[in-house]
Amino acid sequence: MTEPKNKFGRRDLLRKGALGAALAGVAGTAAYLATRSAHGGTVWQLDPEKCVQCGQCATYCVLDPSAVKVVHAYALCGYCDLCFGYFPPGFEPEAGFETPAAECQLCPTGAIKRRWIEGPHFEYTIDETLCIGCGKCVKGCGAFGNGSLFLQVRHDRCLNCNECSIGAACPAGAYRRVPADNPYLLKGEDKKA
Amino acid sequence: MKRPSPLRHLIGSCAAGLRTRRASARPTRHQRGGSGDPPRKGWAIVAIVLALLAATTATAAERVALPQFKSGYERPSTEVPPPLGHFYDVMDGLALVVGLAVASYMAIRARSRRGMWWLALVSLVYLGFWRGGCLCSIGSIQNVALALFRGEYITPVAIVAFTLPLVFTLFFGRTFCAGVCPLGAIQELVVIRPLKVPLWLDHALGLLAYVYLGAAVLFAATGAAFIICDYDPFVSIFRLLPLRRPGDAMEALGGSANMLIVGGAFLAAGLFIGRPYCRWLCPYGAILRVLGRFSKWRVTITPEECIKCRLCEDACPFGAIRRPTEPLPRGTRRIERRRLAVLLVVVPAVLAAGAGLGWWLGAPMSRMHVTVRQAERVHLEETGQVEGTDNLSDGFYNTHRPREELYAEAKAIQAGFARGGLILGAWVGLVVAAKLIQLSVRRTRTDFEPDRGTCVSCGRCFAYCPIERERWKKGAGGEKKP
Repeated sequence: MTEPKNKFGRRDLLRKGALGAALAGVAGTAAYLATRSAHGGTVWQLDPEKCVQCGQCATYCVLDPSAVKVVHAYALCGYCDLCFGYFPPGFEPEAGFETPAAECQLCPTGAIKRRWIEGPHFEYTIDETLCIGCGKCVKGCGAFGNGSLFLQVRHDRCLNCNECSIGAACPAGAYRRVPADNPYLLKGEDKKA
Repeated sequence: MKRPSPLRHLIGSCAAGLRTRRASARPTRHQRGGSGDPPRKGWAIVAIVLALLAATTATAAERVALPQFKSGYERPSTEVPPPLGHFYDVMDGLALVVGLAVASYMAIRARSRRGMWWLALVSLVYLGFWRGGCLCSIGSIQNVALALFRGEYITPVAIVAFTLPLVFTLFFGRTFCAGVCPLGAIQELVVIRPLKVPLWLDHALGLLAYVYLGAAVLFAATGAAFIICDYDPFVSIFRLLPLRRPGDAMEALGGSANMLIVGGAFLAAGLFIGRPYCRWLCPYGAILRVLGRFSKWRVTITPEECIKCRLCEDACPFGAIRRPTEPLPRGTRRIERRRLAVLLVVVPAVLAAGAGLGWWLGAPMSRMHVTVRQAERVHLEETGQVEGTDNLSDGFYNTHRPREELYAEAKAIQAGFARGGLILGAWVGLVVAAKLIQLSVRRTRTDFEPDRGTCVSCGRCFAYCPIERERWKKGAGGEKKP
């Protein structure tokens, strides 16, 4: 039953042929893929129009704190003195324009800074080092205000995982791949930029 | 929810039930200021400007008028930091090339089990714990599927991660699995007391990997999910040890506690069963198993004469060593031929059965796609079969698109799944048929040989081979001990 080992048999021919075919196939696939790679790939972003502020952006990211932060479209902001993204529901600022204590703020980490501008108008800025992306302020602003606060994947932190683990868990299907050269889905006037 | 007039009552109830229907949860400016609560100072003036601004701003009606500042205050613009650079892409690509070259050298030239072990450790530390397991050839299958079937863009690093191990496998066998892949490495290093898995079970479970491969391509090509990444058992373990960003613990248990448990179970099983993920599930391993059969060079147990001591067979934790065949008993050949003929005849039937099953499963599988789930939920709400909204339907209503558009989109996705399910089913049928045929074709072996497909080139067999040890003692291998 034993075949002489040095004989170049039918099976070797098949194997050599298959090897050549496989190499050609891999090379062909790689060449085709190379034509699809010219545009710098994609990154993850969440569509603020679809976001329902469920709070999972804060917990599902592989980073802790999350790569998702709240951003502020100043062009949309009403600069309200009673900001529902800043104060918890039902809160009445009795001390007027003063900056309230942390327990009177909606943000669990006190990441939103409030600064008086003029008249009844206050500017709200976000300290991204404190923001955990829970979206509580987004919910408040969206329910009673102009919706100028919204969540975005911040690309100075995002690791661009192959499958975004927040995106996989997002109950609203708000995450999608966007071109890396235009990686934000902004609201308001910044939208055009 | 009804519309209560006093502001405080409204806010209180909204805090309790913000998930209720959007229309009622979003009072207008007039409702808030209109009754019970006096308007805030300044808003009256601001309201006048509203009409002017409404024409100029891009978004739909603002609830709160945009103020005009007299103090010269300029609205800041939103910061948009660019994506992280490509430093790690280049590093990962280099690591892959170097790793593959070293692994192939260790397996084919140096024949060093110890070298391979160290390489696996280095890969585990860099590609696994440092990079969080995310230069992943296994996952790159899905990126390739996206590019091939949906015409989406693919990053150069994904192309490299996908093709390079394939090329190396065609030349040197599965050296990628042995010492480069971090998922392989973590399992390689925990094999303590491997038990023999019966060959029939090994063959049967091995088919799962092809099913997984087909399913991964289907779900990626339909844009539903990257299931290989979602159900990767070891990535959550890699991310527990935040080597790269010590101040910034990756993967708090939050999102993937379940996968951490699964990963732990795989590792625990891996103590007694060599590389369970690689052998029975890994979809990339499934591709490499096929390509490995044609490789130009491959691991040999000993270049000298086999004395059939069976030590290599016992040493291999992955059941990849095949015994020498015994001479055929009389008359068996005819029976085997008939069996093969019958199998070849039933192949079309198996394919058709698989295709039918896949087509039938298309609809349930399409629920993996969020748009399909969304459409189903919205439809239930539209027809009054469920009360209220949930996150899924709210996400759709927020976009203010017509329902019909969503339904049409979901229909298209479902049609894609029906087609894809058909192909997936036929693929599974083909895999089963090919396995049966492969098992019924007799191969002749005179020596103990590693199976070309199953062998992951870990090097245990030649480290245990007494002939090989003799050779090393003579100084041929250039290494003192395996």
